[in-house]
Amino acid sequence: MSALEPAALAQPLASDGPPTLTKQARAQNGHRPARTEPAAVRIALTLIALAFLGLFIGLPLLLVFVEAFKRGAAAYVAALSDPDALAAIRLTLLVAAISVTANVIFGLVASWAIAKFEFAGKSLLITLIDLPFSVSPVVAGLIYVLLFGSQGLLAAPLQAWDIKIIFALPGIVLATIFVTFPFVARELIPLMQEQGTAEEEAAISLGASGLSTFFRVTLPNVKWALLYGVLLCNARAMGEFGAVSVVSGHVRGLTNTMPLHIEILYNEYQFGASFAVASLLALLALVTLIAKTVLESRLAEEEPR
Amino acid sequence: MATATASRLTFRKPSVIPGFGLTFGLTLTWLCLIVLLPLSALFLKTSELSFDRLLVIMSNARTLHALQISFGLSLAAAAINLVFGGLVVWVLVRYDFPFKRVVDAIIDIPFALPTAVAGIALTTLYAENGWIGSLLAPLGIQVSFTPLGILVALVFIGLPFVVRTVQPVLADLDAELEDAAASLGATRGQTIWRVVLPSIWPALLTGFAMAFARAVGEYGSVIFIAGNLPGVSEIAPLLIVIRLEEFRYADATAIASVMLLASFVLLFIINRLQHWAESRGGRER
Repeated sequence: MSALEPAALAQPLASDGPPTLTKQARAQNGHRPARTEPAAVRIALTLIALAFLGLFIGLPLLLVFVEAFKRGAAAYVAALSDPDALAAIRLTLLVAAISVTANVIFGLVASWAIAKFEFAGKSLLITLIDLPFSVSPVVAGLIYVLLFGSQGLLAAPLQAWDIKIIFALPGIVLATIFVTFPFVARELIPLMQEQGTAEEEAAISLGASGLSTFFRVTLPNVKWALLYGVLLCNARAMGEFGAVSVVSGHVRGLTNTMPLHIEILYNEYQFGASFAVASLLALLALVTLIAKTVLESRLAEEEPR
Repeated sequence: MATATASRLTFRKPSVIPGFGLTFGLTLTWLCLIVLLPLSALFLKTSELSFDRLLVIMSNARTLHALQISFGLSLAAAAINLVFGGLVVWVLVRYDFPFKRVVDAIIDIPFALPTAVAGIALTTLYAENGWIGSLLAPLGIQVSFTPLGILVALVFIGLPFVVRTVQPVLADLDAELEDAAASLGATRGQTIWRVVLPSIWPALLTGFAMAFARAVGEYGSVIFIAGNLPGVSEIAPLLIVIRLEEFRYADATAIASVMLLASFVLLFIINRLQHWAESRGGRER
């Protein structure tokens, strides 16, 4: 009877059904149910999870490359060397270069102000920097049309000076900067906050100027986080579709970025060419993920202990 | 001199580090130019509309249906991700299997893959002659060009939000709690239901809300697979684009403000949820 006593004690705790005697007996023998499930359950759950991931993520990714090369290497090369495709690739690289640069400068400036000083309203400022993440890409494009478009709030002065923003490069760049706005800053701010200000204070009190403190102390401390932010920012900048689609005007060879070029080809039933261009962006995504995985281990080194 | 500086800038603590004025000023200026002013243009344009006009636009059957599709299917997709994302996290954190690191890395594919690429890939996959679509067609299930297709796309883009929010919390969970529950006689199911789940629940909800927020505004991956039939499979962001192309700026603006307002509310809820999640569960270090 004594062996059963723990079961009697445990019963009021377990109202979802009394534990079975056999389990209690096993528990007494030291074979208590450990922190895991029976092997059959483990295998079943793993298979369900892998099937789900394969279905929703693995297959679409695989399909991009299969469709891109289905019509042979010659068709693939032809699709990518088409003048419109080349123009789209060039525009995408240009837009990404400008917006990543802008966001790196902003990210460094903002994280210096936020992480190295204590001031009122800091968390509000961080929330505002994160804001573009929660705005629909289409809305992001629309707000620039409302501002700079032919019916926009600033239409009159822009026309007077003959400046074209919407349906031109500046609009595409602005929309891209908007959707990638938080990427660099949000990687830097938490890390720089954790690292504190002791090293900078030491450098300043030893006579270093503010700039040389930044370049010699702060920047080396956050270089991997910066690179990480740049990587994610670049992937999003090159792949942005919704916001750019609203402001671009889809002029072939002029204001078509790679994602927009993919859309046009697809809608014209040029599936092979469409997937060929898509495979380049998919490759970029894969490279980004691999670099991200490598960087994450480096990032762990930057965390203060 | 020191007191003068302190009284001039009472909103911040004095520091020996230079550059606050410059960097703070630049941050605020750039933030206003790129984000705040353009966003306020939307509200300014909306406020120019009369209330009656706004009511007419918003009670339009096509508008209502588009909003219903966007919010309803986003909710369904986030719920699917809550269940399967939770399962994926459990398997990734607790079990060992071959190529685990690769599997862990591809979770981020929906973050990294441009939405247009995801859109055409999913559409081709689920089209009647596609790899999956051809298997479903004999069963009478059509995915591409139906609301079901929208759901598939929204599940795809929302998954990493749930997984990446819950993963660190489950990994940090104190294993001794589960040992204690087990040694007190709880079955494995009871331990998971009463000990593990309550600890990761705030993180799960946060991930759910993030996936939902992202799905509501999603455009690129959806428009290819949706079929975009007005009143059937037309999402709200697409309707904004269509109204814009028809030069019906008032309509586009009104729908956009509703969506922006919804994302602000969601942002606030996610913020609260994150505070809740951080105040409990294995976050203390």
